[in-house]
Amino acid sequence: MLKTLCQRMFGRSLWVYHANSGGCNGCDIEVLNALTPYYDVERFGIKLVGSPRHADVMLCQGPAMRSTAQALKRAYDAMPVPKLVFAVGSCACGGGIWFDSYAVIGPVEKIIPVSYYVPGCPPRPEAIIYGVAVALGLVDKKVVPVEFKGMELPIPNYHPDKLRGRDELVVYEKAEKI
Amino acid sequence: MSLLSKIEETLLCLKAGRATLPYPAQPKPAPETFRGRPIFDAYKCIGCAGCANNCPAREILIFDVSQEIRVLQYLGRRCTYCGRCVEVCPEKAITMSLDSESATDRVGDLGQRLELFMSTCQRCGRCFKLPSALEELKMKGYRFDDLRNERWIFRSQGRLEGDPVVDDLEIELD
Repeated sequence: MLKTLCQRMFGRSLWVYHANSGGCNGCDIEVLNALTPYYDVERFGIKLVGSPRHADVMLCQGPAMRSTAQALKRAYDAMPVPKLVFAVGSCACGGGIWFDSYAVIGPVEKIIPVSYYVPGCPPRPEAIIYGVAVALGLVDKKVVPVEFKGMELPIPNYHPDKLRGRDELVVYEKAEKI
Repeated sequence: MSLLSKIEETLLCLKAGRATLPYPAQPKPAPETFRGRPIFDAYKCIGCAGCANNCPAREILIFDVSQEIRVLQYLGRRCTYCGRCVEVCPEKAITMSLDSESATDRVGDLGQRLELFMSTCQRCGRCFKLPSALEELKMKGYRFDDLRNERWIFRSQGRLEGDPVVDDLEIELD
């Protein structure tokens, strides 16, 4: 009973630790913007904490760099166990523009497991709040992978040698696949 | 006196009203000038690969499966939404949408993949002279990318490595 009471009381209150591992501060400013009274994320019980040991959620900004990968890993290990990681911004999601530079290892998912991705450079505060709402189950995610196929393989092979007469018409015989 | 000032302050606060946006409950559309994620129109695309060569994040990949089929893959994960692909597209096949709410739990959701039919000359197969190795380096839009490893590769280099990203991570992380 105490457990269910605790789950009801604290279940939706996420404490956020904000880890910048080499970003440009654009995403930091947008996260800060999401904490202001205009986009009030404290409605959802979200609070910014200073130590990873107090945190449930890690907001990663910036790519995993050679110089900060170890610190990022240690900060992740220091968090208590039910933990979520948000990759905020293009750098954290995919490595950013300089993903193949010598100093950049790549997206943060190469160092720590990422549960939610919020792309954007920087993401709008609405996008960050939307990501949080997706994580809390308030809204559904909108994006789906798009795939278009112009033509199926294999392609039929048409050649004048394959033309056959069929009552008053000249047609290709059954198209042979390449 | 202090009571009066407190009452005044209360009145001021009441007058200000509520400033918080009721965001996830009510939609807040982005302004018209916003550049959201690009949408590729496969029916307009001619497969010139100009977008792939102008992408600063190198995230539009081109791969010629055969002579007739060209795969254009947009990964979407490290896109900075700069809009250069839209600028360079001759057929206006790419549009920047106003959609910013693309948070997801699977990074593959952000991708788009077009398999385009490239029509060629019926007689010679390709209506231009084959480029030399030096010309191929200069010739943009004629690439042979590694779609599985999400790598940009020029055909003149012609090498497909298994895991080209930095692999000394174990050394870094003791």
